[in-house]
Amino acid sequence: MTPINEALGDYSELFMLLAALTYTVAFLAFTADLMRARKLPTVTTAPAHTLEPASAAAAGTGTGAPGIRWSHGGSHPTETGPNTTDHTGIGYTPLRRPAARIAVAVSIVGLIIHLAGVITRGVAAARVPWGNMYEFTTTGAMLVMAVFLISLIFQDLRFLGTLITGLTLIMLMAGAIAYPTPVTQLIPALQSYWLIIHVSIAVLASAIFTLTFSLSVLQLIKTRYQKRAKDPESAGFLRLVPAPAALEQLAYRLNGIGFIFWTFTLMAGAIWAEAAWGRYWGWDTKEVWTFVIWVIYAGYLHARATRGWEGTRAAWLSITGYLCVIFNFTIVNVYFSGLHSYSGL
Amino acid sequence: MASSAKAKTPPVSLTAVEMLRWAWRQLTSMRTALQLLLLLAVAAVPGSLFPQRPANPAVVTQYLVDNPEVGPWLDRFQFFDVYSSVWFSAIYLLLFISLIGCVIPRAAVYWKHMRSQPPITPRRLSRMPQYGTLLLPSSDIDPEVAVQDAAVLLRRRGYRVQLRDIETASPSVAAERGYLKEAGNLLFHVSLIGVLIAVAVGGLFGYRGQKLVIEDEGFTNTEIAYDSFFPGTNFDTDWLVPFSLTLDDFDVTFDRRETNYGNPIDFTGSMTVQERPGVEPRNETLRVNEPIGFGGTNVYLIGNGYAPVVTVRDGNGNIAYQGPVPALPQDATYNSTIVIKAPDAQPDQLGFVGFFLPTAVVDENGVAFGSDPDPFNPQLNLNSYYGDLGLNDGTPRNVYQLDTTNLTQLNGRNTSDGGIVLGAYQTYDLPQGKGSITFDGLKRYVALDIIFDPGKTMALISTSLALIGLVATLCIPRRRAWVRATENADGQTLVEYALLARGKDHGLDKEALKIGGLLTTHWSASYDRNQHEKAGSRQ
Ligand code: HEM
Repeated sequence: MTPINEALGDYSELFMLLAALTYTVAFLAFTADLMRARKLPTVTTAPAHTLEPASAAAAGTGTGAPGIRWSHGGSHPTETGPNTTDHTGIGYTPLRRPAARIAVAVSIVGLIIHLAGVITRGVAAARVPWGNMYEFTTTGAMLVMAVFLISLIFQDLRFLGTLITGLTLIMLMAGAIAYPTPVTQLIPALQSYWLIIHVSIAVLASAIFTLTFSLSVLQLIKTRYQKRAKDPESAGFLRLVPAPAALEQLAYRLNGIGFIFWTFTLMAGAIWAEAAWGRYWGWDTKEVWTFVIWVIYAGYLHARATRGWEGTRAAWLSITGYLCVIFNFTIVNVYFSGLHSYSGL
Repeated sequence: MASSAKAKTPPVSLTAVEMLRWAWRQLTSMRTALQLLLLLAVAAVPGSLFPQRPANPAVVTQYLVDNPEVGPWLDRFQFFDVYSSVWFSAIYLLLFISLIGCVIPRAAVYWKHMRSQPPITPRRLSRMPQYGTLLLPSSDIDPEVAVQDAAVLLRRRGYRVQLRDIETASPSVAAERGYLKEAGNLLFHVSLIGVLIAVAVGGLFGYRGQKLVIEDEGFTNTEIAYDSFFPGTNFDTDWLVPFSLTLDDFDVTFDRRETNYGNPIDFTGSMTVQERPGVEPRNETLRVNEPIGFGGTNVYLIGNGYAPVVTVRDGNGNIAYQGPVPALPQDATYNSTIVIKAPDAQPDQLGFVGFFLPTAVVDENGVAFGSDPDPFNPQLNLNSYYGDLGLNDGTPRNVYQLDTTNLTQLNGRNTSDGGIVLGAYQTYDLPQGKGSITFDGLKRYVALDIIFDPGKTMALISTSLALIGLVATLCIPRRRAWVRATENADGQTLVEYALLARGKDHGLDKEALKIGGLLTTHWSASYDRNQHEKAGSRQ
C-alpha cells in the first residue's frame, strides 16, 4: 500500500486556509458590488447574448457585404434596469461593475489555490480526496466554486457571488473546525472504485444544488419584493437580481442536470451496495435520505409542469431538496447509525 | 396528458361509471402524481428515525423495552416496518397506478405524434416567439430553391421537415425536432415500473442467509447450515447451489501510523471453495466489496471478529466443551461480548457470559478495557453460572445470549473474587468444584451474507434505461421551425423564418439566430459563387 505523505498533507491544509482567506476577499468584493447596485445607472439595453445579425452575416461571407439583409426580430422586449434579465436569459450588460470584476478575479485565484489544496490532499493520501467528512466538505466546496465560476462563462450570475462565496466559506470552515481529519488510508469498506464514481458525482450534484438553492432563495426574495414594491429604484441589491421567472428558468435547468447526477449517484450507490453488502437497496438511513432527496427533486420537476405549482411553490421544493442534501450530509452522516458510517469522526 | 382534471369535487348526481371515471382522472392527474411523490418522500423519513425490523430486529426489541409507552403505538402503526407498512405500500402503489394511467395515454399520443408530419405553416410567422427575415438581393435564389435549401439545412440540424405549398408563390418548409424528448420521458417512467418489478422478483424468488465461519471451518450451502435463513415467499430450497467453502485464513491489517492508529486497512479471507460436489476445489480471496459468486448466488464479507478457543471441564473432570466460541465485537477495538455454553457438563450444565478483549489494559480503577484491535494481550472476563441452560426443551435459543432464569451464578465481576479473568493459555478453577475453564487459543471468524437475488439484473437494466430516458427528456429540446419564401415587388426573395418551443426552452433564441446565421452564410456563399461564375463567364 502506498505510504501516506504527511508533509504534503500539511501543505494541503495550508492551501485550504489560503483559499478561505482569498474567498473572504472575494466575498467582500461581491458584497460591495451588491451594495453599489443602487447607484448604478438605469440603462436600456438589448439582450447581451444576442448576436448581431449583420456582423454574423459578414463573418460568414468573408467578402464584406454580400447584399443579404438579415434582421432578427425575436420577442425580446427591451427593458430598463441594470440587468436585462426579466425574460429568457441572464446575460452580461455593458454596465461597469468594478467590484464584481475584482470579486470574480479573486475567486478564480481562490479556486486555483483551493484546487491545489484538494490535489495535494489526494496525492498525500495516494487516493481520491473524498474519503471522509473533511474531504467531502473541502472537495465539495471546491466544486461549488468551480460550478459557479464556470456558469459565469455562460450567464451573468455575479449577483449570486455573495451567497456562493459565503456558502463555500462556511463549508471550508466546517471542514476545518467540525470535521478535521488527518490524512488517512481508507477503511476496507471504502476501498472500491465505486468510491471514485459514486461520491464524486454525489458531490458534483450537491454543488449544482447549492447553486439552484441560491437561485431559488433569490427568486423568493425578489418575488416578495416585486409584490410589495412601489418604487423599483429602491430595490437596492435586488436591482442586480434578475426577474423571478428568469431565476426559476435557470434553476430548473440546473436542477434538471443536478437531478440526472443525483439519479446516477443513487444508481452507483446501489451497485456499490450490492457489491459490498449483497443487496442493492436496504433502506439504510443514508439510502433513505438519498431516496427522499431524489423524490423531492422529482417532485420539483413535476411541479414545474403542474398548474399552480410553478414559481414560488417549485422554489420551495428546490430549497427543501437542498436542505435535505445538507441534512443528509451533516446530521445523517454524523448522528444516525447505519452501514454508511464513513464520517471518519 | 391527464391535466384535464379541473374539478376538485365531482359534479353531483353522477352514475357509478362516471364516478369511477372521475376518480381515475383525479388519480392520473399531474397534481395527484406530485402530491403522491411528496407524500412518498415524507413517508420514507420515519424509517430513518426509528430502528427497522428487517435491518435490526434486536434494536427494535430493545426500543420497545426502553419505550414502553410509545413503543407499542409506533409498532401498531408499523413504524418499525415502514417500508413494508400498509401506508407506505399504499402510497407507492397508488403512485405507480397513477404512473401507468399516465403513461399509457401518453404513449398512445406519442405514437400518433411520432408518425405525424410537422404542423402546417402558420399564416403569420411574425407572431411566433422567434422570428427573422432574410432579404436575398437577386433572383438567383427563387422562393422554391430557398425553401429547399432551408429544408436541407434544417434536416441537418436534426429536424424532421416537410415542404409545403411548393407549387405556389409562397412555398414553405415546416420542421419539427425533439421527438425523442417524449420518448425519453416515457422510457424513464416505464423503467421505474421495471425497477418495481425487479424488486418484487427478488423478494419473491430470492433468499438471503447468514453464516459465521471460523478459521479452518467450512460451510456447505444447504438450508440447515445457515445461522439464519430468509427465503423469499416463493423460493424453493431445491434452487440452492450446492457449493461449499472453507475459511483457511483470515488476515487483518490495522493502521499503525500515529494519526490513524488502529483503524482497519485491510480484511482478506483466504478460502477454498468448491463449485459443487465432485469438482476440483479452488482457492479464492474474499474481501470487502469483492464477493465470491456461485452461479447467481454471492457470498459477501460482512463482518469479522475473534473466536477464543476454550476448554470447559465439568465437576467430574471431563471435557464438557472444547473449541472456538465466536465473540461479537462491540467497537472498533474489538471489545467483544462472548457467551460460552457447556450443556454436556455434569452434574450441572455450565454457562459463561462476559467480554473478550484482544489487548486488555487495566485502568486506575482496576477495570480492564480493550485498547487495540490486534491480539497483543488477549483476555477473557467472564461471569459463570451453573444449572439448566434451557437447551433441552426444544425451544430455539440465541447462541449469543445466556438465559439465566434457571441458572445460579457461581461468580462474576460483582462477587468477591471478581469473576474469571483469563489471559492466554491460563486456566481458572470454578468455585464449589464445578469445573474449570481454559483459554487455549484464538481464531478469527468471518460473518458472511449469502444472497441470491434473481431480480438484480433486471433492476440494473431498468435503472440504466431510466437514466438514459432521463437524460433524453431533460436535454433534448422540442422545437418547431418554419421557413417561408416569397418574391417581393422588386423581384427579391424574402425569406421569413420562425421558431416555437414546445415546453420550456431556454435556447430557442440562440437556435433561431443560429438558423438565421446558417441560412445567411449558405446563401452568401452561393451568391458569391454565382458572382464569381458570372464574372468568369464574362471573361
Ligand atoms: C414513480 C414516480 C414518478 C417519478 C419518480 C417521476 C419522475 C419524473 C421526472 C424526474 C420527470 C422529469 C423529466 C421530464 O421533465 O421529462 C418527470 C416528468 C413527468 N412526469 Fe413523472 N414521475 C413519476 C410519476 C409520474 C406520474 C404518476 C405521472 C402522471 C400522472 C407523471 C407524469 C409526468 C409528466 C407529464 C412529466 C413531464 C413533465 C414536463 O413536461 O416537464 N409522472 N417525472
